[in-house]
Amino acid sequence: MIIRPYGDTTGDGMVQLSFTLPIPHDKRAEGAALQLANKMGMDPAMLVHAKQMSDDFTFFVVYGKVNHLVDTDRVQVVERDYPLLSAKEVNAAIKRGLRRRLNVVGACIGTDAHTVGIDAILNLKGIAGEKGLEYYSELSVTNMGAQVSVPDLVETAREKKADAVLVSQVVTQRDAHLQNTRAMSAAFREALPAGKRPLLIVGGPRFDELMTGELGVDRIFSRGTTPREVASYLVHALVGSSK
Amino acid sequence: MAGKLDLDAAVVARARELAARAGRPVVDLARSHTTVSVERAVLRLAGVTGADPDGIPWVNRLVDAVRADVGLGHGVAVPVFHAMETTGVEDVTVLAQKAAAGSVRFSMPSRPAKARQRARRATAAGLRTIDRRRAERDRLIKRFGDPKQRPWIYLIVATGDIYEDIPQAQAAARAGADVIAVIRSTGQSLLDYVPEGPTREGFAGTYATQENFRLMRAALDETSKEVGRYVRLTNYASGLCMPEMATMAGLERLDMMLNDSMYGILFRDINPIRTFVDQRFSRQIHARAGIIINTGEDNYLTTADAVDAAHTVTVSQLMNEYFAHEAGLQDWQLGLGHAFEINPELPESFRMELAHALLARELFPDAPLKWMPPTKHMTGDVFRGNLLDGFFNLAGALTGQGILLVGMMTEAVVTPWLSDRDIALQNVRYVLNGAGNLHEDFTPGEFIRGRANQVLSEAIDLLERIVDDGMLNAIADGTFGIMKRPADRGKGLDGVSKIDEDYYNPVVES
Repeated sequence: MIIRPYGDTTGDGMVQLSFTLPIPHDKRAEGAALQLANKMGMDPAMLVHAKQMSDDFTFFVVYGKVNHLVDTDRVQVVERDYPLLSAKEVNAAIKRGLRRRLNVVGACIGTDAHTVGIDAILNLKGIAGEKGLEYYSELSVTNMGAQVSVPDLVETAREKKADAVLVSQVVTQRDAHLQNTRAMSAAFREALPAGKRPLLIVGGPRFDELMTGELGVDRIFSRGTTPREVASYLVHALVGSSK
Repeated sequence: MAGKLDLDAAVVARARELAARAGRPVVDLARSHTTVSVERAVLRLAGVTGADPDGIPWVNRLVDAVRADVGLGHGVAVPVFHAMETTGVEDVTVLAQKAAAGSVRFSMPSRPAKARQRARRATAAGLRTIDRRRAERDRLIKRFGDPKQRPWIYLIVATGDIYEDIPQAQAAARAGADVIAVIRSTGQSLLDYVPEGPTREGFAGTYATQENFRLMRAALDETSKEVGRYVRLTNYASGLCMPEMATMAGLERLDMMLNDSMYGILFRDINPIRTFVDQRFSRQIHARAGIIINTGEDNYLTTADAVDAAHTVTVSQLMNEYFAHEAGLQDWQLGLGHAFEINPELPESFRMELAHALLARELFPDAPLKWMPPTKHMTGDVFRGNLLDGFFNLAGALTGQGILLVGMMTEAVVTPWLSDRDIALQNVRYVLNGAGNLHEDFTPGEFIRGRANQVLSEAIDLLERIVDDGMLNAIADGTFGIMKRPADRGKGLDGVSKIDEDYYNPVVES
C-alpha cells in the first residue's frame, strides 16, 4: 500500500519537525531553517515558531508537506516469528520439552549502570503489569545486576549452565551499547564451542533489531519488549515447538 | 506552611524515635570500622596530591603500602607520620611516592603521641582550607544573592567533557538554573580511586575529579557575578569513594552533594558496611564544609511501585535524617529526596503525588527537600512528557519543595539537548510565575490528608519491623527498592577493616 503522512486530510503529506541551528535568531536564521526543511523534502514548509536560546542558538518548529510516498509492502522489520505464550504455557512447554528448569543469566555489561531494562524483564515485579522472568517457575534466573564485566558474565553463564544470556544496554554514548555487545558475543564464541554456547540475547531502547548478525547475537529486543515476549522467545528457541 | 495534613505530633515523634532505634546499631557499626576511602580522605586533607604515571592517585598507593605493613585497623595517620619522622621526608606526597616504590616500611610506634600531633597538624591545614571555602561561599552569597524564588531550579549537564560542560552550565545558569549538577561518567561510582586532572572522556557524564570541580566552580563564580545570584554547584559523593569525594568537594567549594545512606548499597551493589562507614565520614566533612546533601529516595520509586512503596521513601528519609544529624549536619543541609513517579494512568495520581510531597514537607519542615521529576513513566512521547513535567512543577510549587530538579520531556530518549533544556526551563518558569504562590490558597481535603496519614502509618509499621529485624537484615531482605543486599556481599567489602583500640583519625577526633 502506498501512503503519505496525514495531517487532517487524506494524502496531505503534512509533518512537523523541530530542531536547533547554531546561529542567533534573525530573518536569515529563519530562512536557513526553511532551507533545511526544504532539503528534507518539506515543500511548502511553514516556519511556525523560532526562539533564540542563549547567544548563539535558535530553536525552530516547522510544519510542512512532504512529497515522499511510503510503500508499506517494502518495509523491513523483525516480526514476532513465534507464538506469544502465557506464563502457564511457558512453564508447561519447558517441563515437557526440557524436563528441567531453563537457566537464564542476565546482566548490564560494561560501564552501563542502568538496570531498569534488565530488572523490568527479570525481576519478579516485572513491568506494565506483567511479571518478570523470576515469576516463571520453570525458569531459573540469575540477575547479575549492573556493570558486570564480560569475563564475569561468561564465567557465571558457564557456572550456572546458562541456556540463555540476557544482556541489557541503555547507555548509547559513543556507541557503547554496540561495542559492549560485540565484545560480549566474541567472548562467548571464544570461551565455548558452538554447541555449548548459550543463546545470546541483547535488549535496550536504542538497538536495531536487524543487527543480530553484525553483533553476533541470536536475538535483539528493542523498546517496549515485555517479559512475556522474552519468555515465549526462549521457549521457541530452546525448547522447540511448544505444541 | 506546616499543619495542612493534621499530622499527629505524637505519631511523628514515634516515627523519629523508631528511625533512631533502627539507625543506632548502624552508627555503632560505622564507628567501629574504617575503610580505605576514609583513610585516603585523611591523607588528602593532610596534603597528599597527584597520581602515579598510571593515573592511580598517590593516596591509594600510600594507603595500600601502609595496609600491607601494619593493616588498616590503627588508621593510616600514625604509621604515615611516624614514617615521616623516621625517614626525615618532609612532604607526604614524596613519602607516598617512596612507599609506592617500596623504599619505606611502616610500623606503629610504641608512643604514638608525636606522630599523632604531626598528623593533626597536617590535616588541620586541609580542614582550614575547607573552613575558608565555606566562609568564601557565605561571602559570595552575600555579594551575589540567593535565588529569588523557591524552589531552586536544579539542572543537569552531562557531556563527558569538562570543557563542554562549562559553557553548557553557564548557559543553563543564564537561562535560570540556580543549581548545576555535573553528572558523573557511568561507572565512576564503582572505581575505588578518584581520577586526576581535567577530563574530556566520559560515558553519559563527566568524571568527578578535583580539577574538574575547581574548573567548574571558577566558571560558575564568573557566571554568578554576571547574573547577580550565587549559582550553586553539585556533584555526587555516592560510590566507593564517598569520603574522598566529600573532601574534594569541601576543598573546592562545591555547594551540594548527592549523598544517600543507602543508594550505593541498593543500586550499585556496594557492600552495606562499606557504605555506612564511608557515608558517616563523608557527612561529617559535608557538615563542616556547609554542603547541602541530596539523598536518593527518588530511586526507590524507579524500581518499586510509587504508590505501594511510598512509605519506603518516608522510612528512608527518616533514616537519612537520623544518620545526617548524627554526623553533624543541620536541617538546612538536608536535601531529602522524593519523586513524582506515580503511574499517570492511575485515577487520582496527581492528588496522591500531592499527598506524598506534602507529607515530606510537613515531616521535615526545615529541610530543603529535593523534588525529582518523572522518569519511569516517561515513554518517549515528548508532548505527554512535557505535560507531565508541568504537573510535576505544579506539585513542587504547591507543596513548597526546596530544590526542583528540572524534568526533561526527552527523558528516556536522549541525553538532554540544548532545546530540551530550554523548553523544560520555560515549563518551570511558566508554572512558578503563574502559580508559584498557589500554596497560599491550597488546603488539602480528606483524600490527600487521608493518603498522607496512611503512608505515615505504613512507614511506622515498616520502621517497627526494621527495628525488630535490624537494619542490615532489612536491606538484605529487599525492603528498599526490592533490591536484596546482604551485609557480607557487595563491592568494596575488602576495603573495610575493624578498628583497633589504638585507632587514630585526626580528622574526626574530638
